[in-house]
Amino acid sequence: MTGAAGVVPEPEGLSEELVAEHGINAEEYERLLAELGREPTITELGVFSVMWSEHCSYKSSRIWLKKLPTTGPQVIQGPGENAGVVSLGDGQAAVFKMESHNHPSFIEPYQGAATGVGGIMRDVFTMGARPVANMNALRFGSPSHPKTRHLVSGVVSGIGDYGNCMGVPTIGGETNFDPRYNDNILVNAMCVGLVDANRIFKSAAKGVGLPVVYVGSKTGRDGIHGATMASAEFDESSEEKRPTVQVGDPFTEKLLLEACLELMNEDVIIAIQDMGAAGLTSSSVEMADKGGVGIDLDLDLVPMREEGMTAYEMLLSESQERMLMVLKPGSEPVAERIFKKWELDFAVIGVTTDTGHFVARHGGVVEANIPLPALAHAAPVYERPYEKREPLPVIAPGDVQAPPSILSALERLLGSPHLSSRRWIYEQYDHMVMADTVQRPGGDAGVVRVHGTDKGLAISCDVTPRYCAADPFEGGKQAVAECWRNLTATGAKPLAITDCLNFGNPERPEIMGQFVGAIEGMAEACNVLHFPVVSGNVSLYNETNGVAIPPTPAVGGVGLIADISQMADMALKAEGDVLLVLGAEAGHLGQSIYMSVMEDRLEGAPPPVDLGKERATGDLIRGFIKAGTVNAVHDVSDGGLLVAIAEMALAGKRGVDLEAAPEWLPAHAIWFGEDQTRYVVTAAPNHVDTIKDVASVYDVPVRVLGTVGGDTMTLPGEAPLPLGMLRAAYEDWLPRFMTRG
Amino acid sequence: MKASIIVFPGSNCDRDAAVALRSAMGSAPNMVWHGDSELPDSDLILLPGGFSYGDYLRSGAMAAHSPIMREVVRRAKAGTPVLGICNGFQVLTEAGLLPGVLMRNATLRFICKDVLLKVERIDTPFARHYTPGQVVRIPIAHKDGSYFADPATLHLLENENRIAFRYCEHDGTVTDAANPNGSSDNIAGIYNETGTVLGMMPHPERLIDPAQSGTDGAKMFSSLVETLH
Repeated sequence: MTGAAGVVPEPEGLSEELVAEHGINAEEYERLLAELGREPTITELGVFSVMWSEHCSYKSSRIWLKKLPTTGPQVIQGPGENAGVVSLGDGQAAVFKMESHNHPSFIEPYQGAATGVGGIMRDVFTMGARPVANMNALRFGSPSHPKTRHLVSGVVSGIGDYGNCMGVPTIGGETNFDPRYNDNILVNAMCVGLVDANRIFKSAAKGVGLPVVYVGSKTGRDGIHGATMASAEFDESSEEKRPTVQVGDPFTEKLLLEACLELMNEDVIIAIQDMGAAGLTSSSVEMADKGGVGIDLDLDLVPMREEGMTAYEMLLSESQERMLMVLKPGSEPVAERIFKKWELDFAVIGVTTDTGHFVARHGGVVEANIPLPALAHAAPVYERPYEKREPLPVIAPGDVQAPPSILSALERLLGSPHLSSRRWIYEQYDHMVMADTVQRPGGDAGVVRVHGTDKGLAISCDVTPRYCAADPFEGGKQAVAECWRNLTATGAKPLAITDCLNFGNPERPEIMGQFVGAIEGMAEACNVLHFPVVSGNVSLYNETNGVAIPPTPAVGGVGLIADISQMADMALKAEGDVLLVLGAEAGHLGQSIYMSVMEDRLEGAPPPVDLGKERATGDLIRGFIKAGTVNAVHDVSDGGLLVAIAEMALAGKRGVDLEAAPEWLPAHAIWFGEDQTRYVVTAAPNHVDTIKDVASVYDVPVRVLGTVGGDTMTLPGEAPLPLGMLRAAYEDWLPRFMTRG
Repeated sequence: MKASIIVFPGSNCDRDAAVALRSAMGSAPNMVWHGDSELPDSDLILLPGGFSYGDYLRSGAMAAHSPIMREVVRRAKAGTPVLGICNGFQVLTEAGLLPGVLMRNATLRFICKDVLLKVERIDTPFARHYTPGQVVRIPIAHKDGSYFADPATLHLLENENRIAFRYCEHDGTVTDAANPNGSSDNIAGIYNETGTVLGMMPHPERLIDPAQSGTDGAKMFSSLVETLH
């Protein structure tokens, strides 16, 4: 299998239509011809089409992604591998990444979401890590849209069935409902794994003459052109793309996980790469390119699920639960024994070469013979034109109507699609398997214990799409800051993030402007908060018939709790505790949930984030948690202060007796404004002075809100609101919505 | 005490069970691969939770026919205590060691949450550290957990005092509202005729230390260690 025999291009050449159907425009085709120095075969065209797709090549986003900070003393591996890696000290490391599976999930919600979860877990265990926690960030259309219920049901059971079978707890996430996602839902899945820092596996196939090994499931016709589909807009015909959606088998993936980790105990793997988007093509090209070698594949040796597949189909199939490895020569029997034990396919299908070419043979014919740089580096990079929108005016608190009753408004907000409990979702996810979940879904962050230690990993997924739509820069900042804040609220030291950048069609300057703005905002927040990006994914073309989603740069963060006995959560703990808010209050109601629910409008600028204050306030809160000064901590986010307090009351099953809001702002702006960089805490009365004194050193305002006790929420001048009523409003909406109709 | 945990392809609570046993026993249990036909000398055999064979065909159906199960059945019949948790319970019913079957939850959805269980009897190796009628909090995590048996079998289980746990309210009353999955008579776990084989859907191994927010599961393992040491 050495040397590169000549390929035979199609005698009549490839038609313009065929090239265009592969998502390659005329200019790109010229570039392809120049790189290849001849007409491609149909197989080669397919290979180029996936490798040069937006999904694989990042051609529209690449130049902007460079603006994100990716380094820090905690970073072991930044972007460029299957997942990012950060140090947890003591020789341990966390491996994590978030990825989108938007297009497939809209077309076929169950399989689309399931294989999204499967793919992200493979990215993590490819690095040698055992997955220990999953999260997901879901955006659905309006509850009144006829497809929403079906999509929620399919996506949630798809995520659940895959993660549950794998035995990896799904410990949280976030879900939004917004009509702007009616025709483009977003399914972003995150996985976090644990690995010994000195046993991380990478994808560079360094060395010539090494066996290329295929393991896992057999190859079938599913998912062909998935990467290309994910790089185009939807229209009326998108339903026809159902065959491009892959089909998941979590049982096989569980076997693959155990087999891979078992093999990694032996010193035989030189490089390993999962077959995700663009399957065999992308995995072999990336491994060979990173190793600076060529690769020869004999497709006749690939384990097949169906008869009669062509080289084109085999190279582009996105059949799931497959891995490609490059092994030390002679170690094949060791590897084969382990994969046979786990009843998985194992086949040597190729060899690394010194040709610098990607070569694929099938039935004795060379179907593709392409110089690797043409696939990996010659993909076009676009500096697309962009337009940034003028910032929207800040809306004064008085310009948003006061409610007749603050507590009735609270009840309405908590019973709305935006803020209601997500219990119906997370109870379908096994969030306790592995027996290390120490903070379950529903709080600021999920926390898992680092197995066998007292350390904890806090994980949170965040972005506020309505803020990003109003101001991509502030929204990008806020997404990073809120994630940092959610980790901080558990007492964790935030370490790093992964991102999943979901946007519309980048060929439109308006969308590109959103992308640029969001990246710039995120970069600023990452820099100030020392919270670098170690992995990520870009999903563009989330639009249908020219209507784009709101910019949605989802952020998944990981933080370290040194000792879980010092972890904080949001549940109110004791009668008589004093409730305080830390952070400046300005009553910002623009783009708030209050405005959306009470006035059915979303207008004005989003609340700004002062990153210097964010850091100081977070450091202060972490200090209080560590010192045991505070008993409960919750960040103030969607819905504002009173919603945060209500969530703490519901979690702790204790009421609160609140003082009247200060009079320098309208009461509804105090209670429902979404000013950033605030935390609500509780403390024993004898700690209140300490909190005030220390906070003043950090220049962080503190205000006493009231006391914990009873089983109602009370406000001067209003009828008490029983927690039971509030809980009913909070818990009822989603199950009622899902069982209706 | 010597314990063996059977590991099937797709088991995923085997480690959790091992941690729980080790913390009660002070030593590690044997992990026994499903394809083995030899089972080490064991005072307790544990069939863990998970998705053996991906729940293909029927939950537990394929695992019940794996080579090691012939030996598990033989030992169980000879009196060795066997604990089947979640998927392990499903395997025990498929293997004929316990009557009835675990059907799809009434909601048709997977359910993961803490539930309250009434301890129906304590005179077994599994339950002696509980008190009669005690209400304990243990999590469930399953899609196929609705216990079903014909009326005659239910009658028999009742008469022979073979119901181990029932889903209940805080005060121990057994109500429809407390039944998370539609199980007949709120049954969460049952014993064989001799009280030596226990199958249960809830996961005691998930609440054994305060960091997990509860310890009600630990008493099952400490009961076993005290009885079988």
